[in-house]
Amino acid sequence: MTENKTLLKPSRPVGIVGYGAYVPRYRLPAKEVDRMWAGERSAGLPIKEKAVPGLDEDVITMSIEAARNAMKRAEIDPAEIRAVWIGSESHPYAVKPSSTIIAEAIGAAPHVQAADMEFACKAGTEAMVMAMGLVGSSMAKYAVAIGIDTAQGKPGDALEYTAAAGGAAFIIGPADESLAVINASYSFVTDTPDFWRREYQIYPEHGQRFTGDPAYFHHILEAGKAMLESSGTSAKDYTWAVFHQPNTKFPQKVAQMLGFSPEQITPGLLSPVIGNTYAGAAILGLTAILDIARPGDRILVVSFGSGAGSDAFDIVVTDKLLERRDKALKTQDYIARRTEIDYATYARYRGKIRMK
Amino acid sequence: MEIPRHWRLKQQRYSLVGEICPHCQVKIFPPRDVCPNCGGEANTPYTFSGRGEVYSYTTIYEAPAGFEDKAPYTVALVKLDEGPLVTAQLTDLGDTPVEIGMPVEMVTRRLRQDGDERGMLIYGYKFRPAMN
Repeated sequence: MTENKTLLKPSRPVGIVGYGAYVPRYRLPAKEVDRMWAGERSAGLPIKEKAVPGLDEDVITMSIEAARNAMKRAEIDPAEIRAVWIGSESHPYAVKPSSTIIAEAIGAAPHVQAADMEFACKAGTEAMVMAMGLVGSSMAKYAVAIGIDTAQGKPGDALEYTAAAGGAAFIIGPADESLAVINASYSFVTDTPDFWRREYQIYPEHGQRFTGDPAYFHHILEAGKAMLESSGTSAKDYTWAVFHQPNTKFPQKVAQMLGFSPEQITPGLLSPVIGNTYAGAAILGLTAILDIARPGDRILVVSFGSGAGSDAFDIVVTDKLLERRDKALKTQDYIARRTEIDYATYARYRGKIRMK
Repeated sequence: MEIPRHWRLKQQRYSLVGEICPHCQVKIFPPRDVCPNCGGEANTPYTFSGRGEVYSYTTIYEAPAGFEDKAPYTVALVKLDEGPLVTAQLTDLGDTPVEIGMPVEMVTRRLRQDGDERGMLIYGYKFRPAMN
């Protein structure tokens, strides 16, 4: 078997024309989960706190707000959007697309492609790669790619500390209109059963420590290294880097293994204060970087989705970022909007109390 | 089962799409095809900015059918920047006290489900304390 590490590069250059973030208001401190289930061990908590959606929020409502923020920055006619793709593992319906509701709400319907993606935590970057293809082949001028989750964590499980809500939307379009050009992407996928949720099950299952080396680290390292090798770059060529962030430690460690410094990953490392937003995690980090980046800055993004795979992106910021990024709320604006809740309120908000 | 009604109202509910009167330029919400100001025919769609302020409000403790699981919640009369007065829930209040005159902005949220957990999900406008 030959190794094909050719980068995925569209024939027409593409980029990010607009981006938007969303993080819900409520925060559940990890120590509160710990108090409930582990007897307040206080040391070794995976994050500080996680973002929790309100009673009236779900993947559709959060996607609408993120997409509206992206539209504010893109300043395009919604009728020119030819695809709305939303990646998530918490779509509100089992059958009925989230994407049609989002497309309707942002004014992109009806002359538009719409579909819901699913690939655990990399469903959002999956949508981005597809949007690059649609725009890069000139089939469409603009395509919307969204990654957002309201992640489920079984009460008392290790994932309950981190399973959070949030995500980001991107309008992919021609490079000459972009506030950041996507040079290329690269995807690395294997059949690795590290985490899954069977049909009709409420909570996912995971392979404990199997989620680390053979899953998260293997796929991110392979995708990241292939991107660096095939584009003839190394960590020092990038201003910023962002990796999928299921906790605080994993992205810090994988960054170090690929040669990135703590300074390069700090602006995009949001998991300590909002948790793991699953399909939203890596790309929400990207929005936080775009909020502070300067023209010419180069950004490496590597997502990870269980099951398992990684998508890597090589992105360069253009001058247009500076004139457009203040047109919508920034990622840190949402993070700063914070109301702490206790475990009982969390249990109610997340539907863990059955009323009948 | 009220599926046709929810389907018909989706644009005004998701995005505050009302109308503008071509005769006197008054902005109309909800859309009614006849201008309440000049009485002329008015069916030109107009998307509201979603910005406004709390005109009055009350807190619901005994919620009507379909909203019991959200109580207690706050309902407000919101005076939109463009003029019309809209009744809607306030959301994302956290520990923010509600005050008359408070600036608010529209967000699209899940209003309720049609019937039980097998029913369709109904989305529409609510207002939250302005972040912008």
